Amino acid sequence: MQPTQAKQFEHAVLRNYRLDHAYDEMFAGPDELHPHYEPLFERFSSLPANELQQRKHSAELSFLNQGITFTVYGRDDGRAEHIFPYDLVPRIITAAEWATVELGLTQRITALNLFLKDIYNEGRILADGIVPRELVYSCKHFRRQMVGLQVPRNVYVAICGTDLIRMENGEFVVLEDNLRVPSGVSYMLTNRRVMKRIFPQLFRSYNVRPIEQYTQLLLGTLRSLAPEGRPEPNIVLLSPGVFNSAYFEHAYLARQMGIELVEGRDLVTHDNIIYMRTTSGLRRVDVIYRRVDDDFIDPLAFRGDSILGVAGLFNAYRAGNVTLANAFGTGVADDKAMYAYVPSIIKYYLSEEPILQNVKTYILTEPKSRQHVLQNLDKLVVKAVGESGGYGMLIGPQSTAAQREEFARKIEAEPRNYIAQPTISFSRAPCLIGDELEPRHVDLRPYILYGDKVTIVPGGLTRVALKRGSLVVNSSQGGGSKDTWVLSQ
Amino acid sequence: MLSRVADSLYWMSRYIERAEHTTRLLDVNLNLMLDESATSADRRWQRLLQTLGSPKDLKWTGDPYALTQTLSFDTEAKGSILSCIISARENARHVREQISTEQWHRLNSLYLQVTRPEMQPATETLAAMAGLEQPAEFLQQVMEAVHQFQGVSDSTMSHGEGWQFIQVGRYIERASATALLLEAYHEDLWRHTDPIPDGNEYLEWMGLLRSATAFEAYCKVYTADVTPDRIVEFLLLDEEFPHSVRFSIDTLDHALGAIHGEGGKSRAEPLRRLAGRLQGSLRFSSVEEILNGDIVAYLRGIQYQCAAIHKMIYELYIDYSIQAALAG
Repeated sequence: MQPTQAKQFEHAVLRNYRLDHAYDEMFAGPDELHPHYEPLFERFSSLPANELQQRKHSAELSFLNQGITFTVYGRDDGRAEHIFPYDLVPRIITAAEWATVELGLTQRITALNLFLKDIYNEGRILADGIVPRELVYSCKHFRRQMVGLQVPRNVYVAICGTDLIRMENGEFVVLEDNLRVPSGVSYMLTNRRVMKRIFPQLFRSYNVRPIEQYTQLLLGTLRSLAPEGRPEPNIVLLSPGVFNSAYFEHAYLARQMGIELVEGRDLVTHDNIIYMRTTSGLRRVDVIYRRVDDDFIDPLAFRGDSILGVAGLFNAYRAGNVTLANAFGTGVADDKAMYAYVPSIIKYYLSEEPILQNVKTYILTEPKSRQHVLQNLDKLVVKAVGESGGYGMLIGPQSTAAQREEFARKIEAEPRNYIAQPTISFSRAPCLIGDELEPRHVDLRPYILYGDKVTIVPGGLTRVALKRGSLVVNSSQGGGSKDTWVLSQ
Repeated sequence: MLSRVADSLYWMSRYIERAEHTTRLLDVNLNLMLDESATSADRRWQRLLQTLGSPKDLKWTGDPYALTQTLSFDTEAKGSILSCIISARENARHVREQISTEQWHRLNSLYLQVTRPEMQPATETLAAMAGLEQPAEFLQQVMEAVHQFQGVSDSTMSHGEGWQFIQVGRYIERASATALLLEAYHEDLWRHTDPIPDGNEYLEWMGLLRSATAFEAYCKVYTADVTPDRIVEFLLLDEEFPHSVRFSIDTLDHALGAIHGEGGKSRAEPLRRLAGRLQGSLRFSSVEEILNGDIVAYLRGIQYQCAAIHKMIYELYIDYSIQAALAG
């Protein structure tokens, strides 16, 4: 489709603003702003260019000074700290749009927790043939050790970050569930803090729903999962340590919640009870918000070569003496091939139609789908099922013949390891590029807490593919983020 | 407080103190070389190595510039200034959330400053440098940065348990270093078979006092009348001078008391006894008694007791056995 340029875009700040077939978060059409973007546009187009630059600079400095950085693996020995690029233009979501998203995410997390309980216990959904048995058992995140184990309050996934994108018609759909150790929530919180400082009046004029209560809600969720008979539970955050790319977030959340930030070497097990070593002796640990992957968390139960974990943790967990959030083995439900079955999973357990749709997904173990995908690699996106962070991905329309050949070989060798989806031109939001506004593709990752009840702070992390035309929003691949405003009416 | 955190704070502090000590020793000895006296360079530099505890990975080869280079920049040598700064910074990085932003910035910028490649001249060029400006400047920068770091630690960090572990690290390091310094000089000045010609003694004693930043403070107490007995008295027993062994042990004991109070465990008693005994010996000894007895044994005794205190801190707070902790 030919990009269109409307008369209105002769405004200097919009000189490079081109609409295409992707949904635009700000413009309903060439001459028409979405009403909720009007005050924002007015503000941004009335500020002199150097003023915008100054504010952007001031925001970046604020991130750097606060040490809000992340590490990129494989670059500068993985030692260098980078700021997560921050875009100044907030992304606005109306109250009505959010209401649907909230309902849909609540439905989804409820169903996924029921699914996990089922496959690790009776396995009804497998017996009924809704989800193929092989798909579950061949998933590398399926944990045999979890079979038959009672999980406190049947909460497998207490903390979830679900990636949503917006289709061309403006509808929110789910791109991916992150049910293991979703990250990024600290950026959601710090983006908001910086935004309020940089555009206080604009912010106030908008009636934005607050998100600052997140850490308190998270603490409440963790507390609600404490083992029986521990009324004053000792809750800790388990981090792999300073070399982890998300260490800033671990330290930030621990500090905001007022809980201890521990590493594997701080914890010891005795008689199936976990203790942390303190200068005043051993102190029992009741709930672990773990930011360490299953594989590395207990060298006795999982990978024996891990030095990040705690030997004996799994047994203590099985004995019910300590709760982990999230539980082990939740990755089986966010496997990219399992994703295709989530709508059926929702229908099966809740007898409801899914509120949020999935993106069409080809399961490559099915010969017909595989055939189709191999013939159309130049139009599709291929993803490795076990990867995240934008690694192991082929974007058909932007790929070279050699890359397509390589992926075709990989798919034929291990069809279970890949899925394919149509290339979606997901929605674009205005971003400050130089002195001008330009549209960039964005997604949305709301953070869902599941304890006594389901809680979702309004908004989430909007990630931006800052390179023009890019569809990859991951921070490791040149993505940035922006503040997300959910309006209260 | 997590044991790991206490451990990191303790070592951060020890390493930074060690870096400063080594820096000052180098600075003093390079400075003494300008007034070449009958005391041979050989003797002085070997004594310097002795005051650093005769590290196994360092040998005196007869070239003071090569030794300065190694002691400043050689990361293979564990005791080099650069190694100490890297270790201090690494420990700080692991407890970044526990120290103040100001502390982190000061230490991190020192680290960035000394690890810049242009900071480290090649050995050949150093050897060719008779002027000494460059090492002197480098040493000055490190000392200033360390003083700033220690000042910032005292003024920006809460004086809670973490800060007390920083105090413990700093003063246990300082007490043993000062005792070792005196021991090395004792061998050389009081016992050496061919006495140093008159007039040069003064230079050596000034060097000794300067090595503990003590020259000015000493003069305020005793005037510029420098004698070995008074030096020993001042560096060992002075109550008010922050680099004396007595002051260090007093501060150390105070910090251990504060930690003990917060930790609230009775099994800290043996540690308090150990520190208290050393403190008592320094408080109630006279310099005459010490000099009439075996002074080397006395100085070594201090070092052994510091090592024993270190070991007991570990057993109590950091590396205790799980069984013992559960039983207690």
